[in-house]
Amino acid sequence: MTVHGTRTIRVDTLARVEGEGSLYIKLVGERVADVKLKIYEPPRFFEAFLRGRHFSEVADITARICGICPIAYQMSAIHAIERALGVRIDPRVRLLRRLFYCGEWIESHTLHVYMLHAPDFLGYQDVIAMAGDHRAVVEKALRLKKIGNRIVQLLGGREIHPISAAVGGFYKTPTKQQVRDLVPDLEWALEASLETVRWTAGLKFPDFEQDYEFVALRHPDEYPFNEGRLVSNRGLDIDAAEYEDHFAELHVKHSNALHSVVRGRGSYLVGPLARFNLNFDKLPEVARQAAVDAGLQPPVKNIFRSIVVRAVEIVFACVEALRVIREYEPPAAPRVEVPNRIGVGQAITEAPRGILYHRYALDENGLIVTAKIVPPTSQNQKRIEDDLREYAAQLVAWPLEEATWKCEQAVRSYDPCISCATHFLKLVVEREDAGN
Amino acid sequence: MSSKSKPKPKIGVFKFASCDGCQLSLLDAEDELLGVAGAVEIAYFPEATRAMSKGPYDIGLVEGSITTYQDAQRIQEVRRQCKTLITIGACATAGGIQALRNWKDVDEFIRVVYATPQFISTLKLSTPIAEHVPVDFELRGCPINKYQLIELITATLAGRKPNVPSYSVCIECKRKSNVCITVAKGVPCLGPVTQAGCGALCPSYDRGCYGCYGPMETPNTASMTSQFRILGQADSQVARAFRGFNAWAWQFRKASEECERT
Repeated sequence: MTVHGTRTIRVDTLARVEGEGSLYIKLVGERVADVKLKIYEPPRFFEAFLRGRHFSEVADITARICGICPIAYQMSAIHAIERALGVRIDPRVRLLRRLFYCGEWIESHTLHVYMLHAPDFLGYQDVIAMAGDHRAVVEKALRLKKIGNRIVQLLGGREIHPISAAVGGFYKTPTKQQVRDLVPDLEWALEASLETVRWTAGLKFPDFEQDYEFVALRHPDEYPFNEGRLVSNRGLDIDAAEYEDHFAELHVKHSNALHSVVRGRGSYLVGPLARFNLNFDKLPEVARQAAVDAGLQPPVKNIFRSIVVRAVEIVFACVEALRVIREYEPPAAPRVEVPNRIGVGQAITEAPRGILYHRYALDENGLIVTAKIVPPTSQNQKRIEDDLREYAAQLVAWPLEEATWKCEQAVRSYDPCISCATHFLKLVVEREDAGN
Repeated sequence: MSSKSKPKPKIGVFKFASCDGCQLSLLDAEDELLGVAGAVEIAYFPEATRAMSKGPYDIGLVEGSITTYQDAQRIQEVRRQCKTLITIGACATAGGIQALRNWKDVDEFIRVVYATPQFISTLKLSTPIAEHVPVDFELRGCPINKYQLIELITATLAGRKPNVPSYSVCIECKRKSNVCITVAKGVPCLGPVTQAGCGALCPSYDRGCYGCYGPMETPNTASMTSQFRILGQADSQVARAFRGFNAWAWQFRKASEECERT
């Protein structure tokens, strides 16, 4: 059947994403004429008002960019400032920061897998409706999420905008016993995460593969959180300090977020799929085996399958958390003293949704002179639009309502975090039926 | 009273300029979420559901501050649709961290962050919801305390006053038997002027309170300022301490402006 006329897929308020965005896709006949992921989340100007604040305040302030991934903001900020000031941290603090990030990955990935994304696959509006038919699954998910939050609570005081991470270390570090007390929960969580991999692998995935440039950190010894070189499957291999030489941010009219591109190449993909494809060999054996059993072999090029990859990363985070706990000894001091000094520092860490870049310049009083923050969702935003341009073309003959839901599902595969990207997203699919 | 035939109260969750953290508190209430969802109809909550039913709503939870002309219009409509309107978090109750623009030139801010400033439309001030519409209850915090939120929803549905204290963080420290970090270690702490709610988190982690819950009832900010000075803080540092996540709350605002004047 040939489709004629102009039709529009539009979603004025994208649901089950963090923040305010909308989607607009214009179909003319069988051609996708326009795709706009609009971010109407109002701008908050973090990079502007950070100027004049002391470096010790930056982790608290940047956490407030995002209620879902505050630890990512704290870690990128702290590492960038530590690089600016030449701070060397205690290796035991480094381990604790990995544990801290494990907590955020478990919490954030579980929230996304079960509460934000799975309802799309199973045809529910939300997790509450899903709980009506799958109560045991949802209860297990809530318990898993809570265990991630428990780690964050212990190390950071609270789940949202934790208060203990500091330049040089933590304000307070937990005792060996407090950390050991997490073990029974984490052992349960590891089993639950393996079940999550099997459960998500059983979902139905649209047949949609793209030729992505995957961008993620890579560390010689471990699956990345806070350190490593920034690499891609197209030859990128740089230090965080070189990030701005290789990536540009474009300001497009329909969005309060900036679109990132690899200079000279265009859109790229960050997040679980990129990390998995570039660091498969660094996953612990149990996570790698779970992935293989679930039919995942790198490179995974179907964005819809990122739900399974997220589940694999929950397995990783549980294994890693248990490893850290086994090795943990409290550091001699919770943090090293950091004097004021002039400096410039950049850092990239792996937020649950992908790489998060921060750069700060500091003056002799330790005050911020300039700040630059590039969140994962603004890096993925152009890639989301590119995906939708390809994917919507497959859906031209579909009933509008189903096509719209499918496009939303595609967007949610990225776990977009719109508050972050503003400095981010609106889906509108427009169409007039054939003959109109 | 037959509860079976009674329709469940409808709740709407509305977002303005914010980080989403306060509404996330509802999803973070892992042990209570399914219970809450059983007791009410979650009629509008885009962060959690595609289903969006029209108002009116029995309870509206509003997160975020007003920073754009469109949002200033939208809050009027939200108010009309909500029988009880509750603001949640420092953005909605005090303008949030984005209220730091209120002392600066917002056009310069736009130029710093965006390459094409003419694409951006924003108001000069970030303001709390209560500056735009009548608010029935303001729940403080950056982020809010999820147990206070559940208590507030429960109390509102029961038609009673919520048990949300307005005393200072100091009381929470005393209850936890924390040694006062200002007295013992000379650490500047906003606890004496900050409303309780966090459980005296920062002092329990060996750092000074930085004011997430905003000014307590009748705070003595002048005395707080002198205490900070005694501890060796410069006026610029004191001003910055008040100018955090509740900077635009009038007591903190006045205190920071007084420090700038001296």
